[in-house]
Amino acid sequence: MIGGLFIYNHKGEVLISRVYRDDIGSRQAADSAVSSSSGPFPGERLGGSMRRNAVDAFRVNVIHARQQVRSPVTNIARTSFFHVKRSNIWLAAVTKQNVNAAMVFEFLYKMCDVMAAYFGKISEENIKNNFVLIYELLDEILDFGYPQNSETGALKTFITQQGIKSQTKEEQSQITSQVTGQIGWRREGIKYRRNELFLDVLESVNLLMSPQGQVLSAHVSGRVVMKSYLSGMPECKFGMNDKIVIEKQGKGTADETSKSGKQSIAIDDCTFHQCVRLSKFDSERSISFIPPDGEFELMRYRTTKDIILPFRVIPLVREVGRTKLEVKVVIKSNFKPSLLAQKIEVRIPTPLNTSGVQVICMKGKAKYKASENAIVWKIKRMAGMKESQISAEIELLPTNDKKKWARPPISMNFEVPFAPSGLKVRYLKVFEPKLNYSDHDVIKWVRYIGRSGIYETRC
Amino acid sequence: MTDSKYFTTTKKGEIFELKAELNSDKKEKKKEAVKKVIASMTVGKDVSALFPDVVNCMQTDNLELKKLVYLYLMNYAKSQPDMAIMAVNTFVKDCEDPNPLIRALAVRTMGCIRVDKITEYLWEPLRKCLKDEDPYVRKTAAVCVAKLHDINAQLVEDQGFLDTLKDLISDSNPMVVANAVAALSEIAESHPSSNLLDLNPQSINKLLTALNECTEWGQIFILDCLANYMPKDDREAQSICERVTPRLSHANSAVVLSAVKVLMKFMEMLSKDLDYYGTLLKKLAPPLVTLLSAEPELQYVALRNINLIVQKRPEILKHEMKVFFVKYNDPIYVKLEKLDIMIRLASQANIAQVLAELKEYATEVDVDFVRKAVRAIGRCAIKVEQSAERCVSTLLDLIQTKVNYVVQEAIVVIKDIFRKYPNKYESVIATLCENLDSLDEPEARAAMIWIVGEYAERIDNADELLESFLEGFHDESTQVQLQLLTAIVKLFLKKPTETQELVQQVLSLATQDSDNPDLRDRGYIYWRLLSTDPVAAKEVVLAEKPLISEETDLIEPTLLDELICYIGTLASVYHKPPSAFVEGGRGVVHKSLPPRTASSESAESPETAPTGAPPGEQPDVIPAQGDLLGDLLNLDLGPPVSGPPLATSSVQMGAVDLLGGGLDSLIGGTNFVAPPTAAVPANLGAPIGSGLSDLFDLTSGVGTLSGSYVAPKAVWLPAMKAKGLEISGTFTRQVGSISMDLQLTNKALQVMTDFAIQFNRNSFGLAPAAPLQVHAPLSPNQTVEISLPLSTVGSVMKMEPLNNLQVAVKNNIDVFYFSTLYPLHILFVEDGKMDRQMFLATWKDIPNENEAQFQIRDCPLNAEAASSKLQSSNIFTVAKRNVEGQDMLYQSLKLTNGIWVLAELRIQPGNPSCTLSLKCRAPEVSQHVYQAYETILKN
Repeated sequence: MIGGLFIYNHKGEVLISRVYRDDIGSRQAADSAVSSSSGPFPGERLGGSMRRNAVDAFRVNVIHARQQVRSPVTNIARTSFFHVKRSNIWLAAVTKQNVNAAMVFEFLYKMCDVMAAYFGKISEENIKNNFVLIYELLDEILDFGYPQNSETGALKTFITQQGIKSQTKEEQSQITSQVTGQIGWRREGIKYRRNELFLDVLESVNLLMSPQGQVLSAHVSGRVVMKSYLSGMPECKFGMNDKIVIEKQGKGTADETSKSGKQSIAIDDCTFHQCVRLSKFDSERSISFIPPDGEFELMRYRTTKDIILPFRVIPLVREVGRTKLEVKVVIKSNFKPSLLAQKIEVRIPTPLNTSGVQVICMKGKAKYKASENAIVWKIKRMAGMKESQISAEIELLPTNDKKKWARPPISMNFEVPFAPSGLKVRYLKVFEPKLNYSDHDVIKWVRYIGRSGIYETRC
Repeated sequence: MTDSKYFTTTKKGEIFELKAELNSDKKEKKKEAVKKVIASMTVGKDVSALFPDVVNCMQTDNLELKKLVYLYLMNYAKSQPDMAIMAVNTFVKDCEDPNPLIRALAVRTMGCIRVDKITEYLWEPLRKCLKDEDPYVRKTAAVCVAKLHDINAQLVEDQGFLDTLKDLISDSNPMVVANAVAALSEIAESHPSSNLLDLNPQSINKLLTALNECTEWGQIFILDCLANYMPKDDREAQSICERVTPRLSHANSAVVLSAVKVLMKFMEMLSKDLDYYGTLLKKLAPPLVTLLSAEPELQYVALRNINLIVQKRPEILKHEMKVFFVKYNDPIYVKLEKLDIMIRLASQANIAQVLAELKEYATEVDVDFVRKAVRAIGRCAIKVEQSAERCVSTLLDLIQTKVNYVVQEAIVVIKDIFRKYPNKYESVIATLCENLDSLDEPEARAAMIWIVGEYAERIDNADELLESFLEGFHDESTQVQLQLLTAIVKLFLKKPTETQELVQQVLSLATQDSDNPDLRDRGYIYWRLLSTDPVAAKEVVLAEKPLISEETDLIEPTLLDELICYIGTLASVYHKPPSAFVEGGRGVVHKSLPPRTASSESAESPETAPTGAPPGEQPDVIPAQGDLLGDLLNLDLGPPVSGPPLATSSVQMGAVDLLGGGLDSLIGGTNFVAPPTAAVPANLGAPIGSGLSDLFDLTSGVGTLSGSYVAPKAVWLPAMKAKGLEISGTFTRQVGSISMDLQLTNKALQVMTDFAIQFNRNSFGLAPAAPLQVHAPLSPNQTVEISLPLSTVGSVMKMEPLNNLQVAVKNNIDVFYFSTLYPLHILFVEDGKMDRQMFLATWKDIPNENEAQFQIRDCPLNAEAASSKLQSSNIFTVAKRNVEGQDMLYQSLKLTNGIWVLAELRIQPGNPSCTLSLKCRAPEVSQHVYQAYETILKN
């Protein structure tokens, strides 16, 4: 299992170091330090050999390495280091055993989520400010290298920056039963005057298109994020226009199948928050759960069929001699004219030896950003079924670099008020048998947002 | 209030200041001081001197302060074991605290203080905590058993903690179950023999129930444990699979991968005919694809695992090629892994798409990635034969870019393409040679030199090219030097006249001026070979090489099976067994997939992809002799004893004959001296019969005149190889029927009975038309002559060489294998005469590249004699012409399988050599037809 966990700043200085197992660093060195503890500074020798070894190895070999990171898993002297980076902070888990690698990374991400939930952005400043809290968290969520309950909802009930001073016996046992219980993500006795829930369908649409307009690959990865303010232990049931469910229901009423059949979507795969009863989904394909309080991600899904591609990019790049490039890019919006896309940004890469750029665009603003080697064209809003165009002349410095310019793809960013996969929420029913509010009393909000993921057209 | 200030105190004397603060009466100040101590500890300062002062702060009801002190203790207790004892009382007291959080904290921390003296005090509180009423305490205590076991395994066993831990598997709380499973699994790993995790259907059922209820991490522990279970039959395997599949929809990738591991492992036990098996295969693909939308680090782990899964069960992801296309912004480690999987999934159906992508990648920025992309194009060519041509032209395009590392990489892979498809793409050699000067990497230089040497006869200035490399011989890397040495020797053997000097030079460079033992040894071997027997040298150096295949970069099947058992873990990321990177005895237990049930075995074997094949089987391209012969009689035999029966067999048998005196009976005691001509046939494919008849002209009378020419009998199976049974034989064709004339001699001391014969599939479908009839038992020293009629309706498989025939003969003693080459003329049918018009039209119709020309030397026959001689072997003269004093015979013949061969035989009166031009739609037979001509004309 995980033998130790370190957090470094960008310089490679250690901000947090928590060692769970002796085998991190050199065990023999540690043992010999103990046996010869009669020396003047036994502690220093111990601290020096046991912990510092692994800590330094990672700093020298990964953080200070000249080369770009070639793998998120590094093996140095039979010790494996897993790392993730958040802004300029490195989190590294260390082990000497054959651990479950996927679990270690999932844990590191979870660790980041937990920290973010407690003190916001993960930065050197914030980590230093909260180091006591972080140690307390690490003690709780990782025991002897085994991840334990890491749901922030549960953790926040008993790990606070103030420390818990006096709890009644009931409170204590409530905490422990929640942390270890079957519904570890929700505590009992939550009360709201107004029962309300928000559902956001957030999709990111990904595209790779050839210069000729052929779709090389396209998929939507979507998330359903739920924010719930519900009293008690509400039992929820979520329904959407999943093809399999609709076809199953449609068997009885053939009429309905033909009506809704077109609107249903084929979901390639989906994954759920741990509150969802997976075995029920597997057998009946129904999504039922008791939600955590507040915001959480109910499900993730992926579709590849019948995706609405909100924009089409048509590039035209012409090399005029060795010192000039002519670029023309047309974008077309492909959705209902009544809808508006926002925050549209087209990024046209330019060669490294660009000396000057002249741009003309019909709509929005375009700028050449030398530091990013790209022309960035921004349009605030654009309605559906419209088209716009940009043309640019790029002057190049003559170079003797034989290597051809690699022509990175043109990428695009945007936000549209619909789900490109075609997913529709059909219902979200709430039952709370013990309290006296019914499904009708819950105020529900649904919102669809489609964003560009990696939306690229080769040129 | 922020804590960052604690990191900034760097002034001298701080230890004393801290000491004072720690002993302060004010609670707040104490807490501040402890925080400062922890901060110093984190940045690596030694604060162990404060041990007693910090431990004094332990007695507090402030939980936060308590936790800080515990943290300090865990770090320094080992260096101050005596003082650590001071803390014990507090721990023991805390374990009795009414607050379960404090009880758990105490037992958790005590386990982390790795001091022997403390552990003595630990076991009593631990025992209580394992039975605590609060599940939070129990789940913490469960892990504590593993901690204690790590410090003092004996104590844990003596105190019976393991049994208590086992009981916790039946706990009502799922998290307690999960932690107990994790602790037991870890302890079991260091005791491979113990039956700690005594998994049985009942306990499995409990685990599966807990699986639905515990945290994501607990699910991982349970799934990883389940993967070690061996279901007793396929039904149990299926029912576990059914209960594990819902986990594939979990948001946590590690849960998904661990579930995949269980499924992949238990699937081994399911029969392929089962509907459920197909359903399961279908269910596995989507979650694997979903893993690719995770964060990059997890994608990397997933891709490394998918790489294994694709090799084990290619059918799962065969339709998902597109998701492995590289995105511009993928981190480099994701890009490289995707590329690897793309090649593994490449097939005829998707190759066009794959190639287009690879070409795109080859223009990217990252050098490693570009190189791998170029290499991938080469691997596609080797894997998907139909795409080879397109791959080669793509590589040529890339060479035109003149980007140095692209060119070099391309040359390295083209070399491999040549090794897979010899004599097919030499036209590109000229382009390659243009780039000779730009090659500066040893691998590329070596590859280029290999190409020049291999195709020296087709490169006009091969000697100049190689000579240019020779100038800086000593500055080259060993790889290049070795290759250069071999290439020049090859060149010499192909063009001996012009390159004498060059070969001398390289041999002396390699043997006299080099201090590399490998190079010197190879140099000496060549030198001695060349000086003692140039013909043997030719056979060795220019021997036909086995083709390479894509399997070369697949993971070896037994390792693959082991790694499948480690899906999701580091081993699957490194593609190495745990023993390769884990120290000591831990985790080194060798895991293997469950054996297939007997019922599924037969269903499985024919369809399994190469990767699924049983270990030890060689890839198809280099057929293992044993396997081919093995299915001859459909008998399960021990390891086959026969040597390689192909081109080399004639040489080998010849040698055996000389030693064993097997020829004596044939040539009637003539004292055999190898005539100088014996060394001449560079043509290894020549039938034995013809080779022998060359030597012993006197025996030619044996052939019956009425039929086609019959070679004298040769020994096919020497007695010493067949436990005393000697078989010699020849082939005859008489009035339309082919037969194999065999002479069986019993040279053993035992009577032989129960003879039977069978042929392996061969190029022309030759098969025995009747059983082998040996009427009486063959007593020692007895010989029988049998004529075995043959038919040409057996099953067909192209052999190399074409006229190779593999035979199995059985008797009461054993089964013996041998292979022989049959002369092609036994296949020439009687109605092989074409009419003149037809002949003309066909001759024109067959493309010129199918024409092959041969010289038949020492054949002082005139046109008529030749014509009649050939006619008796069913080679018919269609027309005859005299052009400028030369006789031109136009002849036709037909093979049993309907292939027509047209021939033009040019005979010059007075010149003993004649020229034979053959045209046929199947040009591979030409060589053998020529041999038949030579045999017939010379006898």
